[in-house]
Amino acid sequence: MRLSRWATFGPALLLMLVLGVLPLANLFYTSFHTVTWAAGKATFTPAGIGNYLALPADPLLRAGFFNTIVFAVGAVGGQMVLGFGLALLCSRVTRGRVLYRAVFILPILIPGIVIGAIWKLMLNFDFGLVNQITDLVGMDPRNWLGDRQTALASVIAVDIWHWTPFCFLLLLAGLESLPQDPYEAAKIDGASWWQELRYITLPLMAPAILVTFAFRLVIAFKVFDEIYLLTGGGPVTATEVLSFTLFQRLFTEDREGYGSAMAVAIIFLCSLLLVVAVSVGRRSERAA
Amino acid sequence: MSRLWPRLFTHAALIAVGAIILVPVIWVVTAGFRTQISLLTGQFLFAPVLANFTEVLFSKTSDFLVNYRNSMIVGSASTVLCLTVATLAAWSLARLGWPRWVVHVFLGWALLFQMLPPLALAGAWYTLSRAVGLDNSFVGLILAHTVLNLPMALWLMGVFVREVPLELEEAARIDGASTFTVLRHIVLPLVAPGLAACAILTFVFSWNEFAVALNLTMKQTATVPVAIAKFAQDFEIRYTQMAAAAGLSILPALVLLLIGQRFIVRGLTQGAVK
Repeated sequence: MRLSRWATFGPALLLMLVLGVLPLANLFYTSFHTVTWAAGKATFTPAGIGNYLALPADPLLRAGFFNTIVFAVGAVGGQMVLGFGLALLCSRVTRGRVLYRAVFILPILIPGIVIGAIWKLMLNFDFGLVNQITDLVGMDPRNWLGDRQTALASVIAVDIWHWTPFCFLLLLAGLESLPQDPYEAAKIDGASWWQELRYITLPLMAPAILVTFAFRLVIAFKVFDEIYLLTGGGPVTATEVLSFTLFQRLFTEDREGYGSAMAVAIIFLCSLLLVVAVSVGRRSERAA
Repeated sequence: MSRLWPRLFTHAALIAVGAIILVPVIWVVTAGFRTQISLLTGQFLFAPVLANFTEVLFSKTSDFLVNYRNSMIVGSASTVLCLTVATLAAWSLARLGWPRWVVHVFLGWALLFQMLPPLALAGAWYTLSRAVGLDNSFVGLILAHTVLNLPMALWLMGVFVREVPLELEEAARIDGASTFTVLRHIVLPLVAPGLAACAILTFVFSWNEFAVALNLTMKQTATVPVAIAKFAQDFEIRYTQMAAAAGLSILPALVLLLIGQRFIVRGLTQGAVK
Protein backbone atom coordinates (compact mmCIF):
# COMPACT_ATOMS: atom_id res chain seq x y z
CA MET A 1 0.00 0.00 0.00
CA ARG A 2 2.74 2.41 0.99
CA LEU A 3 4.68 1.62 -2.14
CA SER A 4 1.75 2.05 -4.49
CA ARG A 5 0.88 5.32 -2.79
CA TRP A 6 4.27 6.75 -3.62
CA ALA A 7 4.35 5.16 -7.06
CA THR A 8 1.15 6.95 -8.05
CA PHE A 9 1.72 10.32 -6.37
CA GLY A 10 5.51 10.41 -6.74
CA PRO A 11 5.73 11.50 -10.39
CA ALA A 12 3.45 14.52 -9.88
CA LEU A 13 5.28 15.50 -6.71
CA LEU A 14 8.67 15.18 -8.39
CA LEU A 15 7.56 17.19 -11.41
CA MET A 16 6.17 19.97 -9.25
CA LEU A 17 9.23 20.06 -7.02
CA VAL A 18 11.79 20.13 -9.83
CA LEU A 19 9.92 22.35 -12.28
CA GLY A 20 7.75 24.37 -9.93
CA VAL A 21 9.24 24.82 -6.49
CA LEU A 22 12.88 24.80 -7.54
CA PRO A 23 12.54 27.53 -10.22
CA LEU A 24 10.50 29.64 -7.83
CA ALA A 25 13.12 29.28 -5.12
CA ASN A 26 15.76 30.10 -7.70
CA LEU A 27 13.80 33.18 -8.74
CA PHE A 28 13.55 34.27 -5.13
CA TYR A 29 17.27 33.75 -4.56
CA THR A 30 18.23 35.58 -7.75
CA SER A 31 16.05 38.53 -6.85
CA PHE A 32 18.44 39.42 -4.01
CA HIS A 33 21.47 39.40 -6.28
CA THR A 34 23.00 41.19 -9.21
CA VAL A 35 23.93 38.75 -11.94
CA THR A 36 26.82 39.46 -14.26
CA TRP A 37 27.94 37.19 -17.05
CA ALA A 38 31.57 36.65 -18.00
CA ALA A 39 32.80 33.93 -20.37
CA GLY A 40 29.53 31.99 -20.10
CA LYS A 41 29.63 31.91 -16.32
CA ALA A 42 27.28 33.81 -14.07
CA THR A 43 28.49 35.64 -11.00
CA PHE A 44 25.99 36.39 -8.26
CA THR A 45 26.74 39.51 -6.24
CA PRO A 46 24.50 40.01 -3.21
CA ALA A 47 22.35 43.09 -3.66
CA GLY A 48 20.16 42.92 -0.57
CA ILE A 49 16.75 44.34 -1.26
CA GLY A 50 18.21 46.83 -3.73
CA ASN A 51 16.43 45.24 -6.68
CA TYR A 52 13.11 45.57 -4.92
CA LEU A 53 13.75 49.18 -3.91
CA ALA A 54 14.43 50.08 -7.55
CA LEU A 55 11.05 48.74 -8.71
CA PRO A 56 8.76 51.69 -7.87
CA ALA A 57 10.92 54.12 -9.84
CA ASP A 58 10.90 52.04 -13.03
CA PRO A 59 8.88 54.08 -15.56
CA LEU A 60 8.13 51.02 -17.69
CA LEU A 61 6.87 49.07 -14.68
CA ARG A 62 4.68 52.00 -13.65
CA ALA A 63 3.14 52.13 -17.11
CA GLY A 64 2.78 48.35 -17.12
CA PHE A 65 1.12 48.33 -13.72
CA PHE A 66 -1.32 51.11 -14.62
CA ASN A 67 -2.20 49.65 -18.03
CA THR A 68 -2.63 46.13 -16.65
CA ILE A 69 -5.19 47.42 -14.16
CA VAL A 70 -7.08 49.34 -16.85
CA PHE A 71 -6.82 46.34 -19.15
CA ALA A 72 -7.97 43.79 -16.55
CA VAL A 73 -10.88 45.89 -15.30
CA GLY A 74 -12.04 46.89 -18.78
CA ALA A 75 -11.60 43.52 -20.44
CA VAL A 76 -12.86 41.27 -17.63
CA GLY A 77 -15.72 43.65 -16.81
CA GLY A 78 -16.83 43.68 -20.44
CA GLN A 79 -16.47 39.92 -20.77
CA MET A 80 -18.49 39.19 -17.64
CA VAL A 81 -21.39 41.46 -18.65
CA LEU A 82 -21.43 40.30 -22.27
CA GLY A 83 -20.84 36.67 -21.36
CA PHE A 84 -23.67 36.68 -18.82
CA GLY A 85 -26.07 38.37 -21.24
CA LEU A 86 -25.16 35.88 -23.92
CA ALA A 87 -25.57 32.94 -21.53
CA LEU A 88 -29.02 34.23 -20.52
CA LEU A 89 -30.06 34.50 -24.16
CA CYS A 90 -28.65 31.11 -25.04
CA SER A 91 -30.28 29.39 -22.07
CA ARG A 92 -33.67 30.52 -23.40
CA VAL A 93 -33.36 28.85 -26.78
CA THR A 94 -33.92 25.13 -27.10
CA ARG A 95 -33.33 24.69 -30.79
CA GLY A 96 -29.78 25.29 -32.02
CA ARG A 97 -28.17 25.74 -28.64
CA VAL A 98 -25.41 23.24 -29.39
CA LEU A 99 -24.66 24.95 -32.70
CA TYR A 100 -24.51 28.42 -31.12
CA ARG A 101 -22.25 27.08 -28.40
CA ALA A 102 -19.92 25.48 -30.94
CA VAL A 103 -19.51 28.80 -32.75
CA PHE A 104 -19.14 30.80 -29.55
CA ILE A 105 -16.32 28.72 -28.08
CA LEU A 106 -14.16 28.94 -31.20
CA PRO A 107 -12.03 31.90 -30.00
CA ILE A 108 -11.03 30.02 -26.81
CA LEU A 109 -9.26 27.43 -28.94
CA ILE A 110 -7.31 29.82 -31.18
CA PRO A 111 -3.69 30.50 -30.14
CA GLY A 112 -3.29 33.95 -28.55
CA ILE A 113 -0.55 34.81 -30.99
CA VAL A 114 -2.88 33.99 -33.91
CA ILE A 115 -5.60 36.14 -32.33
CA GLY A 116 -2.98 38.89 -32.44
CA ALA A 117 -2.26 38.15 -36.11
CA ILE A 118 -5.96 38.05 -37.02
CA TRP A 119 -6.73 41.38 -35.37
CA LYS A 120 -3.57 43.03 -36.63
CA LEU A 121 -4.94 42.36 -40.10
CA MET A 122 -8.51 43.29 -39.13
CA LEU A 123 -7.36 46.61 -37.64
CA ASN A 124 -4.89 47.45 -40.40
CA PHE A 125 -5.12 51.09 -41.41
CA ASP A 126 -5.10 50.56 -45.18
CA PHE A 127 -7.18 47.45 -45.83
CA GLY A 128 -8.45 46.19 -42.45
CA LEU A 129 -12.06 45.12 -42.33
CA VAL A 130 -12.72 47.39 -39.33
CA ASN A 131 -11.83 50.52 -41.27
CA GLN A 132 -13.80 49.27 -44.25
CA ILE A 133 -16.86 48.94 -42.03
CA THR A 134 -16.43 52.28 -40.27
CA ASP A 135 -16.01 53.79 -43.75
CA LEU A 136 -19.46 52.48 -44.68
CA VAL A 137 -21.04 54.47 -41.87
CA GLY A 138 -19.08 57.56 -42.84
CA MET A 139 -16.31 57.53 -40.21
CA ASP A 140 -12.75 58.46 -41.08
CA PRO A 141 -10.30 55.56 -41.10
CA ARG A 142 -8.25 55.28 -37.92
CA ASN A 143 -4.91 53.80 -37.10
CA TRP A 144 -6.43 51.84 -34.23
CA LEU A 145 -3.26 50.19 -32.92
CA GLY A 146 -0.81 52.96 -33.77
CA ASP A 147 -2.69 55.78 -32.10
CA ARG A 148 -2.00 56.32 -28.41
CA GLN A 149 -5.63 57.20 -27.81
CA THR A 150 -7.13 54.03 -29.26
CA ALA A 151 -4.36 51.43 -28.81
CA LEU A 152 -5.26 50.25 -25.31
CA ALA A 153 -9.00 50.33 -26.06
CA SER A 154 -8.39 48.27 -29.21
CA VAL A 155 -6.35 45.71 -27.29
CA ILE A 156 -9.11 45.49 -24.68
CA ALA A 157 -11.69 45.00 -27.44
CA VAL A 158 -9.63 42.16 -28.92
CA ASP A 159 -9.36 40.53 -25.51
CA ILE A 160 -13.12 40.82 -25.07
CA TRP A 161 -13.53 39.07 -28.42
CA HIS A 162 -11.08 36.39 -27.30
CA TRP A 163 -12.38 35.62 -23.81
CA THR A 164 -16.10 36.51 -23.68
CA PRO A 165 -16.79 32.98 -25.01
CA PHE A 166 -15.03 31.50 -21.97
CA CYS A 167 -17.18 33.52 -19.53
CA PHE A 168 -20.23 32.65 -21.60
CA LEU A 169 -19.49 28.94 -21.45
CA LEU A 170 -18.90 28.79 -17.70
CA LEU A 171 -21.94 30.97 -16.95
CA LEU A 172 -24.16 28.97 -19.31
CA ALA A 173 -23.10 25.77 -17.53
CA GLY A 174 -24.02 27.50 -14.27
CA LEU A 175 -27.43 28.53 -15.61
CA GLU A 176 -28.11 25.03 -16.92
CA SER A 177 -27.48 23.52 -13.50
CA LEU A 178 -29.83 25.87 -11.60
CA PRO A 179 -32.86 24.26 -9.87
CA GLN A 180 -36.18 24.88 -11.64
CA ASP A 181 -38.50 25.10 -8.59
CA PRO A 182 -37.82 28.78 -7.69
CA TYR A 183 -38.72 29.81 -11.23
CA GLU A 184 -41.98 27.89 -11.15
CA ALA A 185 -42.85 29.49 -7.82
CA ALA A 186 -41.99 32.92 -9.24
CA LYS A 187 -44.21 32.30 -12.26
CA ILE A 188 -47.14 31.43 -10.00
CA ASP A 189 -46.50 34.61 -8.01
CA GLY A 190 -46.51 36.59 -11.26
CA ALA A 191 -42.91 37.81 -11.05
CA SER A 192 -41.63 39.94 -13.94
CA TRP A 193 -38.62 39.02 -16.05
CA TRP A 194 -36.50 41.54 -14.18
CA GLN A 195 -37.60 40.33 -10.76
CA GLU A 196 -36.72 36.77 -11.75
CA LEU A 197 -33.26 37.87 -12.79
CA ARG A 198 -32.66 40.08 -9.76
CA TYR A 199 -34.07 37.87 -7.00
CA ILE A 200 -33.53 34.34 -8.32
CA THR A 201 -30.96 34.05 -11.07
CA LEU A 202 -28.31 36.46 -9.77
CA PRO A 203 -28.24 35.19 -6.15
CA LEU A 204 -28.20 31.55 -7.28
CA MET A 205 -25.51 32.28 -9.84
CA ALA A 206 -23.26 34.21 -7.43
CA PRO A 207 -20.79 31.33 -6.88
CA ALA A 208 -20.46 30.60 -10.62
CA ILE A 209 -20.06 34.32 -11.36
CA LEU A 210 -17.39 34.64 -8.69
CA VAL A 211 -15.42 31.63 -9.91
CA THR A 212 -15.54 32.82 -13.51
CA PHE A 213 -14.52 36.33 -12.51
CA ALA A 214 -11.54 35.16 -10.42
CA PHE A 215 -10.43 32.75 -13.16
CA ARG A 216 -10.53 35.43 -15.82
CA LEU A 217 -8.87 38.08 -13.67
CA VAL A 218 -5.86 35.83 -13.12
CA ILE A 219 -5.52 35.17 -16.85
CA ALA A 220 -5.98 38.87 -17.66
CA PHE A 221 -3.05 39.73 -15.41
CA LYS A 222 -0.87 37.33 -17.39
CA VAL A 223 -1.83 38.73 -20.83
CA PHE A 224 1.13 38.60 -23.18
CA ASP A 225 0.58 36.74 -26.46
CA GLU A 226 -2.00 39.00 -28.14
CA ILE A 227 -0.17 42.18 -27.19
CA TYR A 228 3.15 40.78 -28.40
CA LEU A 229 1.94 40.90 -32.01
CA LEU A 230 -0.71 43.61 -31.86
CA THR A 231 1.32 46.48 -30.46
CA GLY A 232 4.46 45.15 -28.78
CA GLY A 233 3.55 47.36 -25.81
CA GLY A 234 3.47 50.53 -27.92
CA PRO A 235 2.95 53.12 -29.19
CA VAL A 236 5.50 54.29 -26.60
CA THR A 237 4.02 52.68 -23.47
CA ALA A 238 0.31 52.93 -24.34
CA THR A 239 -0.25 49.16 -24.14
CA GLU A 240 2.67 48.18 -21.94
CA VAL A 241 1.43 45.47 -19.53
CA LEU A 242 3.16 43.72 -16.61
CA SER A 243 4.09 40.52 -18.49
CA PHE A 244 5.63 42.62 -21.19
CA THR A 245 7.68 44.69 -18.78
CA LEU A 246 8.87 41.46 -17.19
CA PHE A 247 9.76 40.04 -20.59
CA GLN A 248 11.73 43.14 -21.55
CA ARG A 249 13.70 43.45 -18.31
CA LEU A 250 14.30 39.72 -17.85
CA PHE A 251 14.88 38.45 -21.38
CA THR A 252 15.46 41.33 -23.78
CA GLU A 253 17.79 43.23 -21.43
CA ASP A 254 19.04 40.17 -19.51
CA ARG A 255 18.78 41.90 -16.15
CA GLU A 256 18.25 38.71 -14.23
CA GLY A 257 18.48 39.97 -10.66
CA TYR A 258 16.23 42.94 -11.24
CA GLY A 259 13.82 40.99 -13.47
CA SER A 260 13.53 38.25 -10.85
CA ALA A 261 12.66 40.83 -8.20
CA MET A 262 9.98 42.13 -10.56
CA ALA A 263 8.64 38.61 -11.11
CA VAL A 264 8.47 37.96 -7.37
CA ALA A 265 6.67 41.27 -6.84
CA ILE A 266 4.16 40.46 -9.61
CA ILE A 267 3.54 36.98 -8.19
CA PHE A 268 2.97 38.46 -4.74
CA LEU A 269 0.55 41.02 -6.18
CA CYS A 270 -1.36 38.34 -8.10
CA SER A 271 -1.85 36.16 -5.02
CA LEU A 272 -2.94 39.17 -2.98
CA LEU A 273 -5.44 40.14 -5.64
CA LEU A 274 -6.95 36.68 -5.79
CA VAL A 275 -7.31 36.51 -2.01
CA VAL A 276 -9.01 39.92 -1.94
CA ALA A 277 -11.30 39.06 -4.87
CA VAL A 278 -12.36 35.77 -3.32
CA SER A 279 -12.96 37.19 0.18
CA VAL A 280 -14.91 40.19 -1.14
CA GLY A 281 -16.95 37.79 -3.26
CA ARG A 282 -17.63 35.54 -0.26
CA ARG A 283 -18.80 38.50 1.79
CA SER A 284 -21.16 39.79 -0.91
CA GLU A 285 -22.46 36.26 -1.32
CA ARG A 286 -23.29 36.08 2.36
CA ALA A 287 -24.98 39.50 2.24
CA ALA A 288 -27.17 38.55 -0.72
CA MET B 1 -44.31 28.22 -25.02
CA SER B 2 -42.84 31.64 -25.36
CA ARG B 3 -44.26 34.03 -27.91
CA LEU B 4 -42.87 34.49 -31.38
CA TRP B 5 -41.29 37.95 -31.18
CA PRO B 6 -39.08 37.45 -28.12
CA ARG B 7 -37.90 34.21 -29.65
CA LEU B 8 -37.06 35.86 -32.94
CA PHE B 9 -35.21 38.60 -31.10
CA THR B 10 -33.21 36.06 -29.10
CA HIS B 11 -32.15 34.21 -32.22
CA ALA B 12 -31.33 37.44 -34.04
CA ALA B 13 -29.09 38.55 -31.18
CA LEU B 14 -27.34 35.18 -30.99
CA ILE B 15 -26.79 35.10 -34.75
CA ALA B 16 -25.35 38.63 -34.61
CA VAL B 17 -22.86 37.55 -31.93
CA GLY B 18 -22.02 34.46 -33.98
CA ALA B 19 -21.26 36.75 -36.92
CA ILE B 20 -18.99 38.95 -34.80
CA ILE B 21 -17.05 35.83 -33.82
CA LEU B 22 -16.96 34.16 -37.22
CA VAL B 23 -16.45 37.10 -39.58
CA PRO B 24 -12.87 37.99 -38.50
CA VAL B 25 -11.83 34.33 -38.69
CA ILE B 26 -13.43 33.82 -42.10
CA TRP B 27 -12.07 37.12 -43.40
CA VAL B 28 -8.52 36.21 -42.41
CA VAL B 29 -8.76 32.63 -43.68
CA THR B 30 -10.04 33.87 -47.05
CA ALA B 31 -7.32 36.55 -47.08
CA GLY B 32 -4.91 33.61 -47.18
CA PHE B 33 -6.35 32.76 -50.59
CA ARG B 34 -5.97 36.29 -51.98
CA THR B 35 -3.17 38.02 -53.77
CA GLN B 36 -1.59 40.91 -51.92
CA ILE B 37 -3.06 43.37 -54.44
CA SER B 38 -6.54 41.97 -54.06
CA LEU B 39 -6.31 42.41 -50.29
CA LEU B 40 -4.87 45.92 -50.44
CA THR B 41 -7.45 47.19 -52.91
CA GLY B 42 -10.21 45.64 -50.85
CA GLN B 43 -11.96 43.77 -53.66
CA PHE B 44 -14.97 41.91 -52.39
CA LEU B 45 -14.84 39.17 -55.00
CA PHE B 46 -11.54 37.59 -55.87
CA ALA B 47 -10.09 34.60 -57.67
CA PRO B 48 -8.60 32.32 -55.00
CA VAL B 49 -4.92 31.45 -55.29
CA LEU B 50 -2.85 28.90 -53.38
CA ALA B 51 0.43 30.80 -53.69
CA ASN B 52 0.42 31.98 -50.07
CA PHE B 53 0.04 28.48 -48.73
CA THR B 54 2.75 27.01 -50.93
CA GLU B 55 5.02 29.90 -49.94
CA VAL B 56 4.37 29.45 -46.23
CA LEU B 57 4.67 25.67 -46.33
CA PHE B 58 7.47 25.05 -48.80
CA SER B 59 9.61 28.16 -49.30
CA LYS B 60 13.07 28.72 -47.89
CA THR B 61 12.06 31.67 -45.72
CA SER B 62 9.64 29.67 -43.60
CA ASP B 63 9.81 26.27 -41.95
CA PHE B 64 6.15 25.94 -41.30
CA LEU B 65 6.01 22.20 -41.93
CA VAL B 66 8.82 21.70 -39.43
CA ASN B 67 7.07 23.99 -36.94
CA TYR B 68 3.85 22.05 -37.41
CA ARG B 69 5.65 18.79 -36.72
CA ASN B 70 7.36 20.31 -33.67
CA SER B 71 4.05 21.50 -32.24
CA MET B 72 2.54 18.05 -32.84
CA ILE B 73 5.45 16.37 -31.02
CA VAL B 74 5.41 18.76 -28.07
CA GLY B 75 1.61 18.77 -27.86
CA SER B 76 1.17 14.99 -27.99
CA ALA B 77 4.09 14.15 -25.71
CA SER B 78 3.18 16.70 -23.05
CA THR B 79 -0.49 15.64 -23.22
CA VAL B 80 0.31 11.96 -22.68
CA LEU B 81 2.78 12.74 -19.91
CA CYS B 82 0.53 15.27 -18.20
CA LEU B 83 -2.52 12.99 -18.29
CA THR B 84 -0.60 10.00 -16.97
CA VAL B 85 0.98 11.89 -14.11
CA ALA B 86 -2.19 13.80 -13.24
CA THR B 87 -4.52 10.78 -13.33
CA LEU B 88 -2.21 8.74 -11.12
CA ALA B 89 -1.78 11.58 -8.65
CA ALA B 90 -5.45 12.59 -8.61
CA TRP B 91 -6.48 9.00 -7.92
CA SER B 92 -3.76 8.55 -5.35
CA LEU B 93 -4.78 11.70 -3.47
CA ALA B 94 -8.47 10.82 -3.63
CA ARG B 95 -8.35 7.13 -2.77
CA LEU B 96 -5.10 5.97 -1.21
CA GLY B 97 -5.57 7.51 2.20
CA TRP B 98 -3.02 10.30 2.16
CA PRO B 99 -3.09 12.56 5.24
CA ARG B 100 -5.37 15.53 4.64
CA TRP B 101 -2.58 18.07 4.95
CA VAL B 102 -0.67 16.44 2.08
CA VAL B 103 -3.70 16.77 -0.18
CA HIS B 104 -4.37 20.37 0.85
CA VAL B 105 -0.78 21.54 0.57
CA PHE B 106 -0.26 19.91 -2.81
CA LEU B 107 -3.51 21.09 -4.39
CA GLY B 108 -3.09 24.55 -2.83
CA TRP B 109 0.35 24.76 -4.34
CA ALA B 110 -1.05 23.66 -7.71
CA LEU B 111 -3.62 26.46 -7.53
CA LEU B 112 -0.94 29.03 -6.75
CA PHE B 113 1.27 27.63 -9.49
CA GLN B 114 -1.57 28.01 -11.97
CA MET B 115 -1.66 31.73 -11.21
CA LEU B 116 2.02 32.44 -11.81
CA PRO B 117 2.96 34.19 -15.03
CA PRO B 118 4.80 31.44 -16.97
CA LEU B 119 7.34 34.01 -18.07
CA ALA B 120 8.55 34.29 -14.49
CA LEU B 121 9.58 30.62 -14.61
CA ALA B 122 10.78 30.43 -18.21
CA GLY B 123 14.22 31.82 -17.33
CA ALA B 124 14.80 29.21 -14.64
CA TRP B 125 13.57 26.44 -16.95
CA TYR B 126 15.98 27.55 -19.63
CA THR B 127 18.91 27.57 -17.22
CA LEU B 128 17.88 24.16 -15.93
CA SER B 129 17.58 22.58 -19.37
CA ARG B 130 20.95 24.03 -20.37
CA ALA B 131 22.59 22.70 -17.24
CA VAL B 132 21.53 19.14 -18.14
CA GLY B 133 22.27 19.60 -21.84
CA LEU B 134 18.70 19.52 -23.11
CA ASP B 135 18.47 23.07 -24.38
CA ASN B 136 18.22 22.14 -28.05
CA SER B 137 15.81 19.24 -27.71
CA PHE B 138 12.07 19.03 -27.18
CA VAL B 139 12.44 17.58 -23.68
CA GLY B 140 12.63 20.94 -21.93
CA LEU B 141 9.54 22.36 -23.61
CA ILE B 142 7.59 19.10 -23.22
CA LEU B 143 8.30 19.07 -19.49
CA ALA B 144 7.48 22.78 -19.21
CA HIS B 145 4.12 22.32 -20.93
CA THR B 146 3.43 19.25 -18.82
CA VAL B 147 3.93 21.11 -15.58
CA LEU B 148 2.05 24.19 -16.86
CA ASN B 149 -1.03 22.07 -17.60
CA LEU B 150 -0.64 19.84 -14.54
CA PRO B 151 -2.79 21.95 -12.16
CA MET B 152 -5.73 21.95 -14.57
CA ALA B 153 -5.35 18.23 -15.27
CA LEU B 154 -5.07 17.42 -11.55
CA TRP B 155 -8.21 19.39 -10.84
CA LEU B 156 -10.23 17.87 -13.71
CA MET B 157 -9.08 14.31 -13.17
CA GLY B 158 -9.73 14.76 -9.45
CA VAL B 159 -13.37 15.53 -10.25
CA PHE B 160 -13.69 12.54 -12.59
CA VAL B 161 -11.85 10.09 -10.35
CA ARG B 162 -14.11 10.91 -7.39
CA GLU B 163 -17.12 10.03 -9.55
CA VAL B 164 -15.96 6.41 -9.74
CA PRO B 165 -18.07 4.44 -7.22
CA LEU B 166 -15.92 3.58 -4.23
CA GLU B 167 -17.78 0.24 -3.77
CA LEU B 168 -16.46 -1.00 -7.11
CA GLU B 169 -12.86 -0.35 -6.10
CA GLU B 170 -13.37 -1.91 -2.67
CA ALA B 171 -15.04 -4.98 -4.15
CA ALA B 172 -12.08 -5.49 -6.47
CA ARG B 173 -9.67 -5.09 -3.55
CA ILE B 174 -11.52 -7.73 -1.55
CA ASP B 175 -11.22 -10.06 -4.54
CA GLY B 176 -7.47 -9.58 -4.29
CA ALA B 177 -6.87 -7.11 -7.11
CA SER B 178 -3.60 -5.19 -6.99
CA THR B 179 -3.39 -1.38 -7.19
CA PHE B 180 -2.43 -1.66 -10.82
CA THR B 181 -5.37 -3.93 -11.63
CA VAL B 182 -7.83 -1.60 -9.91
CA LEU B 183 -6.43 1.33 -11.87
CA ARG B 184 -6.28 -0.46 -15.19
CA HIS B 185 -9.58 -2.36 -15.14
CA ILE B 186 -11.89 -0.24 -12.99
CA VAL B 187 -10.76 3.38 -12.74
CA LEU B 188 -9.42 3.86 -16.26
CA PRO B 189 -12.47 2.66 -18.22
CA LEU B 190 -14.78 4.76 -16.02
CA VAL B 191 -12.81 8.00 -16.35
CA ALA B 192 -12.25 7.58 -20.10
CA PRO B 193 -14.68 10.40 -21.10
CA GLY B 194 -13.00 12.66 -18.55
CA LEU B 195 -9.61 11.74 -19.95
CA ALA B 196 -10.79 12.67 -23.44
CA ALA B 197 -11.97 16.08 -22.25
CA CYS B 198 -8.75 16.66 -20.38
CA ALA B 199 -6.61 15.46 -23.29
CA ILE B 200 -8.21 17.82 -25.81
CA LEU B 201 -7.74 20.82 -23.54
CA THR B 202 -4.17 19.93 -22.61
CA PHE B 203 -3.26 19.47 -26.26
CA VAL B 204 -4.88 22.73 -27.35
CA PHE B 205 -3.25 24.70 -24.53
CA SER B 206 0.14 23.25 -25.41
CA TRP B 207 -0.44 23.97 -29.10
CA ASN B 208 -1.37 27.57 -28.28
CA GLU B 209 1.32 28.30 -25.69
CA PHE B 210 3.71 31.03 -26.78
CA ALA B 211 5.63 32.81 -24.03
CA VAL B 212 7.52 29.77 -22.71
CA ALA B 213 8.01 28.23 -26.16
CA LEU B 214 9.55 31.51 -27.29
CA ASN B 215 12.24 31.23 -24.62
CA LEU B 216 12.84 27.47 -24.70
CA THR B 217 13.04 26.80 -28.44
CA MET B 218 15.57 27.48 -31.15
CA LYS B 219 15.16 27.66 -34.88
CA GLN B 220 14.87 23.88 -35.35
CA THR B 221 12.61 23.32 -32.38
CA ALA B 222 10.31 26.36 -32.77
CA THR B 223 6.60 25.65 -32.42
CA VAL B 224 3.81 27.15 -34.54
CA PRO B 225 3.05 30.22 -32.39
CA VAL B 226 6.75 31.07 -32.18
CA ALA B 227 7.06 30.74 -35.96
CA ILE B 228 4.02 32.94 -36.58
CA ALA B 229 5.33 35.64 -34.28
CA LYS B 230 8.73 35.55 -35.96
CA PHE B 231 7.19 35.57 -39.41
CA ALA B 232 4.96 38.52 -38.53
CA GLN B 233 7.93 40.47 -37.26
CA ASP B 234 10.39 39.62 -40.01
CA PHE B 235 8.01 40.11 -42.92
CA GLU B 236 5.54 42.60 -41.56
CA ILE B 237 4.02 43.46 -44.92
CA ARG B 238 3.47 39.94 -46.23
CA TYR B 239 -0.13 40.15 -45.10
CA THR B 240 -1.64 37.38 -47.18
CA GLN B 241 1.05 34.90 -46.16
CA MET B 242 0.49 35.78 -42.54
CA ALA B 243 -3.21 35.13 -43.10
CA ALA B 244 -2.41 31.75 -44.67
CA ALA B 245 -0.19 30.81 -41.72
CA ALA B 246 -2.88 31.92 -39.26
CA GLY B 247 -5.44 29.80 -41.11
CA LEU B 248 -3.19 26.73 -41.05
CA SER B 249 -2.45 27.12 -37.36
CA ILE B 250 -6.10 27.03 -36.26
CA LEU B 251 -6.77 23.86 -38.23
CA PRO B 252 -6.20 21.43 -35.30
CA ALA B 253 -8.46 23.51 -33.06
CA LEU B 254 -11.21 23.45 -35.71
CA VAL B 255 -10.95 19.69 -36.13
CA LEU B 256 -11.06 19.14 -32.36
CA LEU B 257 -14.02 21.49 -32.08
CA LEU B 258 -15.92 19.55 -34.74
CA ILE B 259 -15.25 16.08 -33.35
CA GLY B 260 -15.06 16.87 -29.65
CA GLN B 261 -17.25 19.83 -28.74
CA ARG B 262 -18.95 17.75 -26.06
CA PHE B 263 -15.62 16.95 -24.40
CA ILE B 264 -14.30 20.50 -24.67
CA VAL B 265 -17.42 21.92 -23.03
CA ARG B 266 -17.29 19.26 -20.34
CA GLY B 267 -13.62 19.92 -19.62
CA LEU B 268 -13.91 23.69 -19.52
CA THR B 269 -17.02 23.78 -17.35
CA GLN B 270 -16.33 20.87 -15.00
CA GLY B 271 -14.07 22.83 -12.69
CA ALA B 272 -16.44 25.74 -12.25
CA VAL B 273 -19.68 23.90 -11.61
CA LYS B 274 -18.40 21.33 -9.16
